[in-house]
Amino acid sequence: MVNAVTAPRQGTAREHDQRHWWEPGPSARAAVACGWSHLKPPLPPDFVQALRAVVGAPNVSTATAVREQHGHDESMHPCAPPDAVVWPQAVGQVQELAALCHRRRVPMVPFGTGTGLEGGVNAVQGGVCFDLSRMDAIAELSLEDFSVTVEPGVTRKALNKHLRGTGLWFPVDPGADASLCGMAATGASGTNAVRYGTMRPNVLNLRVVLPDGRLLHTAGPGRQPRKRAAGYDLTSLFVGSEGTLGFLTQATLRLHPLPEATAVTIASFPGVGAAVACTVQVLQAAVPVARIEFLDEVMADACSRFSGMGLPVAATLLLELHGSRRSLAEQQQQMEEIVQQNGGSSLAWAEGLEEREKLWSMRHNAWYAALALRPGCQGYSTDVCVPISRLPDVVVETKQDLQASSLTGPMVGHVGDGNFHCILVFNSQDPEEAQRIHAFTQRLGRRALAAGGTCTGEHGVGLGKRALLQEELGQEGLDTLRSIKAALDPHNLMNPGKVL
Amino acid sequence: MAALRVLVGVKRVIDFAVKVRVAPGGAAVQTQGVKHSLNPFCEIALEEAVRLREAGAATEVVVATLGTKASQETLRTALAMGADRAVLAELAEGAAAGPREVAVALAALARRLQPQLVLLGKQAIDDDCNQTGQILAAILDWPQGTFASRVSLEPGAVQVQREVDGGLETLRLRLPAVLTADLRLNEPRYATLPNIMKAKKKPLEVVPAADLGVPAGPPRLRLLQLQEPPPRAGGEKVESVESLLGKLRHAGRI
Repeated sequence: MVNAVTAPRQGTAREHDQRHWWEPGPSARAAVACGWSHLKPPLPPDFVQALRAVVGAPNVSTATAVREQHGHDESMHPCAPPDAVVWPQAVGQVQELAALCHRRRVPMVPFGTGTGLEGGVNAVQGGVCFDLSRMDAIAELSLEDFSVTVEPGVTRKALNKHLRGTGLWFPVDPGADASLCGMAATGASGTNAVRYGTMRPNVLNLRVVLPDGRLLHTAGPGRQPRKRAAGYDLTSLFVGSEGTLGFLTQATLRLHPLPEATAVTIASFPGVGAAVACTVQVLQAAVPVARIEFLDEVMADACSRFSGMGLPVAATLLLELHGSRRSLAEQQQQMEEIVQQNGGSSLAWAEGLEEREKLWSMRHNAWYAALALRPGCQGYSTDVCVPISRLPDVVVETKQDLQASSLTGPMVGHVGDGNFHCILVFNSQDPEEAQRIHAFTQRLGRRALAAGGTCTGEHGVGLGKRALLQEELGQEGLDTLRSIKAALDPHNLMNPGKVL
Repeated sequence: MAALRVLVGVKRVIDFAVKVRVAPGGAAVQTQGVKHSLNPFCEIALEEAVRLREAGAATEVVVATLGTKASQETLRTALAMGADRAVLAELAEGAAAGPREVAVALAALARRLQPQLVLLGKQAIDDDCNQTGQILAAILDWPQGTFASRVSLEPGAVQVQREVDGGLETLRLRLPAVLTADLRLNEPRYATLPNIMKAKKKPLEVVPAADLGVPAGPPRLRLLQLQEPPPRAGGEKVESVESLLGKLRHAGRI
């Protein structure tokens, strides 16, 4: 079984006080870190009563089913339920609950939609799960400033529906309909990142509840300037902190104007190398492509069959252009030239909304299409991101590695960012295959690092990539992260066991 | 090409995503400070009209609504989606209107504007009446094609595919005709900023509702009472089949 949860490290990692309210011995600590939280005693009744006093009894649950539901996300990591789940309705309650947990040294885990891919919400050390989905206000929408403020219960699709009629949209679109604050917490990205950026440049301010209950506005209360040079960039620090530094209870987001015209097309290529080389050339020609998604021939076949589309079984690029009517025509022409130069098929452009949605939903169903290749198996998605110049080599080598390891791993990727995913479909009951998967992902992570890239472009570190993070940042990098963590969360109560 | 004007009737309703609450008194829902938007089925009707014009089958799209001054915002959104001009049949603040009143207003506008086609949403998401299009067709004595999932214009006629209980029904109606749009007719576009800017300059005419023959006084359809559904009670786990049967009998379910 690919269980990437490791026992807590000794030495420098334990410099700060990590004794929790139930003061476990070292073997119990190790057991807990492996997710065997049923060996822990439950929370003391007076503590649970105190939780109820803050949010009301209906908003606190210790029921097994509820805890299990909150102990896992969409990843392969085994469920690690918290000891209790609370639903605060306002930021003041989040603060009170955090202060309470802080006093009693109880771990805290933020929860949005539970759609993460790296085990970020798994309560490997138990504690209280803060389900923030009931805080769902959309406020301070400014059509002139292109900004809006959202609480954790607002998902990206809900925000875009709310913005209908304003001419604005929020373009970051990971596969799931995730909580926007959750997307900020994991530094999410999506198919539009190549043109509109990931979460980081699109978050202007965050209202954070720190582990001790204090309230922090990372850019100052009520501010959303489009740029600032005022002090350390706290907003950027908390984006991607994966719940380990505080609760993101509100995010101020940068909105973008909807494109006037949009066109989508599919191009098939003679090989993976040609498709990826075409991507590199499109970017070097400075075509302001909005989305450029890659499917290898296995993925193209799977998606095509799953969605009934009849695509050729070949390395494929799915391309989207945004602009005014005239600039779109120019971009289309440039694109056609570059695709042809790389041996790609001729392009048929879809401009109507229904056609475009059909093509993209075929791509967004990639996960399910991959799983359909081997029914009964489970999926695991890798997430490396490398500089564009190294992308062709890394993709070709990875494909060779997949074949040499006899693994089913259709590839899909936001190649415009140098980011691609192998959706590994494997039988989790087969330890030998699980071992091959594990070895493959380690090699892939190291291949990306050797190419000057990162082991995780958009999914986050979570539980499974902590060792790779060490290799990626080096000792100094990791020590700096640990200092920051120790400064903000000296008792290691915020989502312990993740990232570091 | 001969002029073919399309009249689209739209309604300003509480946004579909809002959790609606009954106002104290039980006679209405809370609307103060609540987000309103263009009724989704009206959006679909408007989108179809704009596509007809873009394809060259129609020459002008006029959007109209019966409502208070706040409905002007809704008309501007419709103009941003591509309508050429708008008409507000204005009601006094606090006045209400039902399907019959709307149909009377639209009929008067139809007589004035002489459209070949009137497109409406099949129903509004606040009252779910599904009556306005039908009443309008009766007042004008025009053919009607309701629950349209496909529309194609021919010289002097329109072919409509309707979603009915048994499946799909295709009709050919002589023009002028009234059609109401169903969900699968099309996917409405999002208004973009340049179009929103242009919409500010498009003509928006305000006409008092009384001038269109809408009778003063309460609407024909009177709302007697509103109440929220009872709050959901928690479930219960039982230990045995006998216990389950006992509880079901006790609750009068078997």
